[in-house]
Amino acid sequence: MDYNRVFVSKVRRLIVVFALFSVFLGFRTAAFAQADSVAAQSHEVSAPAAHGEEHGKEEKGFDITSFIFHHISDSHFFTIWGHGDHGLTLHLPIILWTDNGLVMFSSSAFQFDDAGKVVVEKNGQRFAIAHNKIYYANAAADAHGSYVSHVADEKGEEKVTNARPLDFSVTKNVFSMLLSIVVLVVVFTTVAAGYKKRAGKAPKGLQSFLEPIILFVRDDIARPNLGHKYAAFMPYLLSVFFFIWLNNMLGLVPFFPGGANVTGNIALTVVLAAATFLITTFKANKYYWGHILNPPVPWWLKPLMIPVEIFGMFTKPIALAIRLFANITAGHILVMSLLCLIFIFNSIAVAPASIFFAVFIGLIEFLVAFIQAFIFTILSALFIGMAVEEHH
Amino acid sequence: MDLLVPEIGLLAWNTISFLVLVFLLGKFAWKPIMKGIHDREKSIDEALNKAELARQEMARLSSQNEELMKQAREERDQILKEAKTLKDSIVNEAKTQAQTEGAKLIEKARIEIENQKKAALAELKGQVSALSLDIAERVLRSQLDDKAKQQELVNNLLKDVELN
Repeated sequence: MDYNRVFVSKVRRLIVVFALFSVFLGFRTAAFAQADSVAAQSHEVSAPAAHGEEHGKEEKGFDITSFIFHHISDSHFFTIWGHGDHGLTLHLPIILWTDNGLVMFSSSAFQFDDAGKVVVEKNGQRFAIAHNKIYYANAAADAHGSYVSHVADEKGEEKVTNARPLDFSVTKNVFSMLLSIVVLVVVFTTVAAGYKKRAGKAPKGLQSFLEPIILFVRDDIARPNLGHKYAAFMPYLLSVFFFIWLNNMLGLVPFFPGGANVTGNIALTVVLAAATFLITTFKANKYYWGHILNPPVPWWLKPLMIPVEIFGMFTKPIALAIRLFANITAGHILVMSLLCLIFIFNSIAVAPASIFFAVFIGLIEFLVAFIQAFIFTILSALFIGMAVEEHH
Repeated sequence: MDLLVPEIGLLAWNTISFLVLVFLLGKFAWKPIMKGIHDREKSIDEALNKAELARQEMARLSSQNEELMKQAREERDQILKEAKTLKDSIVNEAKTQAQTEGAKLIEKARIEIENQKKAALAELKGQVSALSLDIAERVLRSQLDDKAKQQELVNNLLKDVELN
């Protein structure tokens, strides 16, 4: 009877989680739809704008798509306020591994260029930056003054064909992530000191704020999925949870030092998902491998099931990576799109509605920041739990 | 889709940073935190268990006390009862003894009185006989002076004797 009640409560909890999840999936598709329509509209907007330019007017088209994608992608500059020379920008260091070895210089050398028009010469090599990527510059500029070669591919997207050095720069994402790591280490070592200072006593201050969340990760994420083996995976699960959560939240802060789209970048989610995959694979017991290599199905199904199971090993972490990336990126796109409505309609009258919806979605994004950290952690715990589960 | 292609440099930074983060937090934060939480939970559990034990002990002691009280009360009642019986028996015994003693004394006194009476009677008899003898002697002496009278007397005496 007791077990039944526990089971029912677990099922209810799962239903709630999936209901919330599906709601947010709904929001996501809405977000993408909106973004697409925004992109479509932006083309419509830019066309008459270009038309206006032909008539010699000062009006300039506002390319929403490139604006939003510029916002959600990584950058070598960290704008604190203003724009370009008129504002305050943190110039992040550029670290390149080139054919001639390591090259380092400040991103201020590019003078806010993003179209390959400024060439920086270091160690006898010439670099140009286009769309936030650094290329070896051509010897001479083309008709538009760009030192990189653009080629349109079959979809009509412009590609830069120049060779690239390996770019290990401290970009906006790296800066923001390192900052979050410093914050996490400082905060949690402080909390840990609290546990040492007040051993066996009630938590206080920061400790009492974070302890329920730590206990939530332990009692609602780790224990139900990992059973009695949970303790060994707690450091990983707690780190992942707080790392994703903090970076999600920092991404929602619209001003310095927030605003970098760290968890909405595939490079980060891939690393996190790979960590889960490696733990799952290396901690897996014989039952897990037995299930994959010798699934309990009739013999004639085995040739079909074994590849499916092996495929499944990889789809789970890939889904983890894509889910987090897509959710956070979509959130950013949605908020930016709502704000860009003002520029699309080119009217200040849209601002109240636009800001109202942006604030509303922003509040939901705060929830999403937590939920996505929770989902990533609970799925990691689930996958690890499936790999280390003893056979009954 | 630029968004879906991870940058090598970013991947490298992310990997190293995340590993460093997990290492640092694991060593300097999660280990002491989890230990602290675990120890505290254990101590709370222990304290609760101890309290429960103490409560049970208290209940046991109080029930024991009650038992003792009850026992003491019973014992007291028993003692009182015994004392009462003892008192009664002593009183009764004393009474009977007193009665027998009294009866004995009375008997003794009666016997004494009887004896005294007898003695007194005997003495009285002796004195009466002596007196009567004396009287008789005197009467006789006075009467015997007269013959007729002597005869009369003897006759009277004889008459008496015959009557007896």
